[in-house]
Amino acid sequence: MSMTATDLYETTVGLEIHVELATASKMFCGCPVTFGQEPNTRTCPVCLGLPGSLPVANERAVEHTMKIALALDCRIAEHSLFHRKNYFYPDMPKNYQISQYDLPLGYAGAVEITGGFGTTRVGITRVHLEEDTGKSIHVGGSGRIHDSHYSLEDFNRAGTPLVEIVTEPDIHSAEEARAFVNELRALLESLGVSDVRMEEGSLRVDANVSVRRAGETAHGVKVEVKNMNSVRSVGRALEYEQERQRKALESGERLIQETRHFDEKSGTTSSGRAKEVSSDYRYFAEPDLVPFEPTAEWIERIKSSLPELPAARRERFVAQYGLGSADVEVLTSTTSLADWFEAAAAAYKGEPKKVVNWIVADLFRLLNEAGIEVGAAKISPAQLARLVELVDSGAISGKQAKQVLGDMFATGNDPEAIAAERGMQQISDEGALDLVVAEVIEQNPGVADKVRGGNIGPLGFLVGQVMKKTKGQANPGLVNDLLRSKLVE
Amino acid sequence: MPIDRAAVDHVARLARLDLSEQERRRMSDELGKILEHAERIQALALDGVEPTSHAVAIRNVMRPDEARPSLTQEEALSNAPVAEGGRFSVPRILEEEE
Amino acid sequence: MTELPYVAATELAALLDAGDISAVELTETLRARVEHLDDKLHLFLKRTDERALSDARAADARRSSGDRLSLFDGVPIGYKDIFVTRGVPTTCGSRILEGWVPPFDATVVERCSRAGLPILGKLNMDEFAMGSSTENSAFGPSKNPWNLKTVPGGSSGASAALVAAGGAPWAWGTETGGSVRQPASLCGVVGVKPTYGLVSRYGMIAFASSLDQAGPLSRTVKDSAALLTIAAGHDPLDSTSIPQAAPDYLEGIDRGIAGMRIGIVKEIESGDGMQPGVGERVQEAYQRLEKLGASIEEVSLPSFEYGISAYYLIAPAEASSNLARYDGVRYGLRSSDGSDVGAMMARTRAEGFGDEVKRRIMLGTYALSAGYYDAYYGKAQRVRTLITRDLERAYASVDLIACPTSPTTAFKLGERTNDPLAMYLSDVFTVPVNLAGNAAISVPCGVSADDGLPVGLQLIAKSLDEATMFRAAYAFEQDLGWIDSPEGRPPL
Ligand SMILES: [Mg+2]
Ligand SMILES: [Zn+2]
Repeated sequence: MSMTATDLYETTVGLEIHVELATASKMFCGCPVTFGQEPNTRTCPVCLGLPGSLPVANERAVEHTMKIALALDCRIAEHSLFHRKNYFYPDMPKNYQISQYDLPLGYAGAVEITGGFGTTRVGITRVHLEEDTGKSIHVGGSGRIHDSHYSLEDFNRAGTPLVEIVTEPDIHSAEEARAFVNELRALLESLGVSDVRMEEGSLRVDANVSVRRAGETAHGVKVEVKNMNSVRSVGRALEYEQERQRKALESGERLIQETRHFDEKSGTTSSGRAKEVSSDYRYFAEPDLVPFEPTAEWIERIKSSLPELPAARRERFVAQYGLGSADVEVLTSTTSLADWFEAAAAAYKGEPKKVVNWIVADLFRLLNEAGIEVGAAKISPAQLARLVELVDSGAISGKQAKQVLGDMFATGNDPEAIAAERGMQQISDEGALDLVVAEVIEQNPGVADKVRGGNIGPLGFLVGQVMKKTKGQANPGLVNDLLRSKLVE
Repeated sequence: MPIDRAAVDHVARLARLDLSEQERRRMSDELGKILEHAERIQALALDGVEPTSHAVAIRNVMRPDEARPSLTQEEALSNAPVAEGGRFSVPRILEEEE
Repeated sequence: MTELPYVAATELAALLDAGDISAVELTETLRARVEHLDDKLHLFLKRTDERALSDARAADARRSSGDRLSLFDGVPIGYKDIFVTRGVPTTCGSRILEGWVPPFDATVVERCSRAGLPILGKLNMDEFAMGSSTENSAFGPSKNPWNLKTVPGGSSGASAALVAAGGAPWAWGTETGGSVRQPASLCGVVGVKPTYGLVSRYGMIAFASSLDQAGPLSRTVKDSAALLTIAAGHDPLDSTSIPQAAPDYLEGIDRGIAGMRIGIVKEIESGDGMQPGVGERVQEAYQRLEKLGASIEEVSLPSFEYGISAYYLIAPAEASSNLARYDGVRYGLRSSDGSDVGAMMARTRAEGFGDEVKRRIMLGTYALSAGYYDAYYGKAQRVRTLITRDLERAYASVDLIACPTSPTTAFKLGERTNDPLAMYLSDVFTVPVNLAGNAAISVPCGVSADDGLPVGLQLIAKSLDEATMFRAAYAFEQDLGWIDSPEGRPPL
């Protein structure tokens, strides 16, 4: 393999991920955590930052954070504290964010990710808990912040519990970053702590990216990339950014430490205006909240409440169902899909592997086309199991089954009913098929001769012709046998 | 010893205080004097002394995750200097603001 | 009988129960008294006469049907304007909050309302409780009823002056560095700083959260004990609230102090800016305590003298953050000036905050900013630990510590306004207690011979040992007899 230009450079990525927790109430007050409500109808003195109001920590949010930390193999701090991060911004009611600083709830964890790059261990620096801000909308101009005339603030989101996960700079490619985000999403989903919807902002990924010449020991200039709204855009943004930085280094341009925003449409990143002053957040211990010192019993209780995590589930899928890693990868990409598969496998009388093919190939395509999660699909695991059984018994052909699946997906009706309605049955009557086979051989003498001459290749073409004439209802195995007996033996 | 003017300007910016020229001059003087008095603690042997951030030794205070009624939109906005469409209105936000 | 405005709440309760007076009558009398006082002393930022009267009528109705809310149902009260009151404008003495009408009640207010205490109104204070004279109020200073040319102390100056002049039997103030005890001392009344965490801070507008604590002001020790009993005890809305119910502080208050060990502080010399008349009165007070059966011993608190230094780093630092929310976005003042939101905020804050508040925001921001944190804020927090340790060590050998509340009596209006440091030093004996979180009380010990103005004796208790503190203060007060004598009343 020849040395490519990119091999001469080394990319280093650290990720900072914010996860909105799915709790009933906000982090420090009793306002409900909901989305899409009328503006400022989910606020109270606490989350509006009214004078005299005080925060009280949400127990479930603290426990969710500990769950995430434990699932990421972190240590739980013996002594943890909330700090105030002070800066002015109109979407922040108190003009400080209650966050964590040098004493996060979880620290020193790791996650293993696998893919085309092999296996990479990504260190988790910290897992901490904080509160979300409100939302600004910008009025006038193009409706974007930079040329708007004024802005409007809605504090419904202010105070929603947010977990921040910071990785070590152990990621070296866009592919690894994607794999990490996918793995983290699956893990968070299995814990049931968040909706993990990147498009809706319940999972937000920022990346610190730097590029340096291979073999150099000094770190490259760190650029923070924001506004990546899907796993795909994480990959695209990092690919763009690493290429941009590489080119800059090649041409001797000086890179600057800055924040860049990813633009979905153009697939590029662009610089935010350089900050006039470096940030000085004046962190100090939040005097309105007391420290956390989780007891061993508390940690143990949370540990024992953890569900089977994606990595363990993957291992079990290989052992229990005899699946290959590619199939396992797809099936465990979300907890709901893995659950769905297990339900279908349990309902199915044959080898689970057969159900897998239907899920990984056909169902997955339908889900992608519809843009929905398996949980939202009309088809049930038991219905899929019965569909595969119809094929097994020879009642319908595989090709017919694909059509039936399409209908099931669209309507949620049972496979038997759809097959009957469509008048589907498989022609397995040798006598009837024999005539069609003879007809096809007669109409394609050249192809038939080739097969007779020992070239088996075009046999498939002849099978196809038979299927066409029977409108797909012929049993393809039987057609194959008949053709062979006439031409080969 | 007065604190220097650059520091006064920096701190006034961090604190979002649009101080007049005269106020800045006076701050530099007065803050200097107060800090001079505070300097007395620099003489104390404080190595190994833990900082106290809270006057109570309470730990692990939490509330159950239960939703409670919020204010109505009208109540939330009742003290707003300027509101529009159920939201608080503010002059345009410059990007370096953060 | 004493004139109604000077009758203690504990006695008013008995009069109400006996049907000798009605709550309406009492409220009317106090309203008239307030009318007279307010012109001269400038005590109220907002009077709620109508509401007080309707509260009183309701209290009378409850009493006559035999289901009063508490012993004190119908005994009116005033609140420092730092307490958030639903539907009643709350300013915290600042222009920046002018016109703000809160949608909720502070826990202290809620508990007193639940006990049936009619609300007379909201009392003047130093802006955001930053000051020791009430001169930092954006709405003009209050005055000391003992001498209209002097300050009532601060920041709860109007609360202390109101009580001293018979405008109410009791009032709520708050402390961050002595803001209840110092005005109590300067106005010749009782003022209490409870143990940090004993009274909920919910709805008390924050100055420095790790130091702030609400405290009663009253003419008698028993009234303060009774008022504290009403409001103290765990509040789930305040994470720093001590998770236990408060006892009845009136119980056992009259058991005397025989055998009690009281420490006097070795490091407090009579020089050091202490007014001679104050020193004399306090020395007499120590002798009186001894006469009453306490043993007086010397204790050493070497870190005490660093209290002010640590305090003026910690309190402004926390304040700089607590006051960041006043930005013109959601409530309060908004400057019409400012082309963008940052400029609007900076103008609003420049126009809305007074000099002292700006000074402390600047100081606190500086102390927390990058490069200075360790030297200032970090060190100050360690000094705080030293002060707490010193006190704990002292309490190994004594039950209470006695010292002056303030080194001087009431000073003249304007005397210290141009010298912030001199103003700060008037808190020298009170501030260490806030840093450590202990309980303390200021109880009158007569007037100073040099100016005829009241002097306060401070008794500092262990954390959560309010009972001992009240017991000693009560024994002292009863033996001195000053508050019930004509000399114990300001000439107004
Ligand atoms: Mg964060
Ligand atoms: Zn809320």
